[in-house]
Amino acid sequence: MSAGAEPVPRGFAMPRPGPPAGEGPADGADPADGTVLAGAADPVGGTVLADGADPADGTVLAGAADPVGGTVLAGGADPAGLEPLAPDDTVDLAAQEQALRISQLLGRLDAEFIGLAPVKDRVREIAALLLIDRLRGRYGLTSSRPSLHMCFTGSPGTGKTTVATHMGELLRELGYLRKGQLVSVTRDDLVGQYVGHTAPKTKEVLKRAMGGVLLIDEAYYLYRPENERDYGQESIEILLQFMEAHREDLVVILAGYADRMDTFFRSNPGMASRIAHHIDFPDFTLDELLQIGEKMLERGQYRLSPAAGEAFAEYVRLRMSQPRFANARSIRNAIDRLRLRQARRLVAAGGVLARGDLMEISAEDVRASRVFRDADRAGGDRGGLAGKPAPPAPS
Amino acid sequence: MRITQGTFSYLPDLTDDEIRAQVQYSIDQGWAVAVEFSDDPHPRNVLWEMWGLPMFGIADAAAAMHEVSGCRAAYPGHYIRVSAYDASLGRQTTALSFIVNRPAAEPGFRLDRQEASDRRIRYSLHPHATDQPAGERYGSVSAAPGNVMPNGVRGGS
Repeated sequence: MSAGAEPVPRGFAMPRPGPPAGEGPADGADPADGTVLAGAADPVGGTVLADGADPADGTVLAGAADPVGGTVLAGGADPAGLEPLAPDDTVDLAAQEQALRISQLLGRLDAEFIGLAPVKDRVREIAALLLIDRLRGRYGLTSSRPSLHMCFTGSPGTGKTTVATHMGELLRELGYLRKGQLVSVTRDDLVGQYVGHTAPKTKEVLKRAMGGVLLIDEAYYLYRPENERDYGQESIEILLQFMEAHREDLVVILAGYADRMDTFFRSNPGMASRIAHHIDFPDFTLDELLQIGEKMLERGQYRLSPAAGEAFAEYVRLRMSQPRFANARSIRNAIDRLRLRQARRLVAAGGVLARGDLMEISAEDVRASRVFRDADRAGGDRGGLAGKPAPPAPS
Repeated sequence: MRITQGTFSYLPDLTDDEIRAQVQYSIDQGWAVAVEFSDDPHPRNVLWEMWGLPMFGIADAAAAMHEVSGCRAAYPGHYIRVSAYDASLGRQTTALSFIVNRPAAEPGFRLDRQEASDRRIRYSLHPHATDQPAGERYGSVSAAPGNVMPNGVRGGS
């Protein structure tokens, strides 16, 4: 084992105060990990077994050489550092944060989602709690997993479902969920059709969601006050029971419109109190909507010509004041229609095309929208959209 | 007499964490995990009662552990095993099967000898437990199998 004389690269530069006695990579054997390193061949550490005998784990696990299984068991190789600390030790918070890649994760959240300040704040809080809890654990202080059930309320198209989809992944990377898969259900998937059907059905769904996120879209449909024999109540009871008993295994997210959610919680006070995070999704501002549109176009490998950009901004402004505006969803639909019109224009024009032509959306594609015509008409005779806020005149 | 069968029969009983790790391994392999129970420990009795359906489409071992603990609560005096079915071969194949619960006292087996023609002897194993009717073995006071469904709903509702 003298071959492993060079230090084991750890992949992080964290001061490790109070190392266990005898720990030193010089002899290649790391007593903290309980595993025997064959030289310094493995950057993760603790996964290459010299003789296949692993004193740390007596259990039969598939593939002792599996780097994932090995590191999880070895424990000491975790970059966050899980070794216990003495009461008078100090820890560098920044290094810890870096090791857990929290700022990286939050940065990605910022880049991926435009606006949504309340959501980002909450995620930041949860991430900070994780960091502090890890440290508390190392000092021997108790740290219990917080309840992470959430309720997302907001207008249509404010990103409730999208955020829920990413929440699983995010919480997994933060270490709160083991798998982070998303199981998205509605009333139909939870509530049965006859007596005795609901409980197994709901449990089946809950089991599939364990280790990840259960998203119940339009959760208020679960409760039908007008029908007292409705099986929805039974489903809610099982949900509550699971949410309480399996807090560690499952995050339940209820999503829906704010007013109906309020009614739902009023009639199910147990549900409201079991949900720790009530997050309200604000409507997007014009700027945010434009940024979202830009992002969607970019993702679809399209671009707006400068004139089209101006037209699009005007389009969004008009569309916002029209009825049935669904925030980002309306933007996505508008972009889909832009693509249709662009395709029609290109096919009608015929001739020779370049790559750029296929990507560019022109002002006329945008201006052909019905929104401009409606706005013109409303501007012409003011009674065009009776009862609705009159949209501002287009120019 | 401690009855052993299945994949880890040569090991001491697995702890819950070890069971969880095995179940997670099975799920990660794409196997469907099922919980079965029986109070007839004869080694040739391979068809145990199923606790619910095999769990298809679960991602995390916690779901299976929930069923294991549910089954333990309903049948504390029964043998309970976890089986993992590998469907990738196109037929029902048990990839993994191990006991996760056993009665507090296991009276074991009696060897029965039967005289046959020409002084031949036929042997058979007789579990002492099966002297009692099903559901009343191992000092169990739980309801007879089949009357309680996994979700706690009484059969026939």
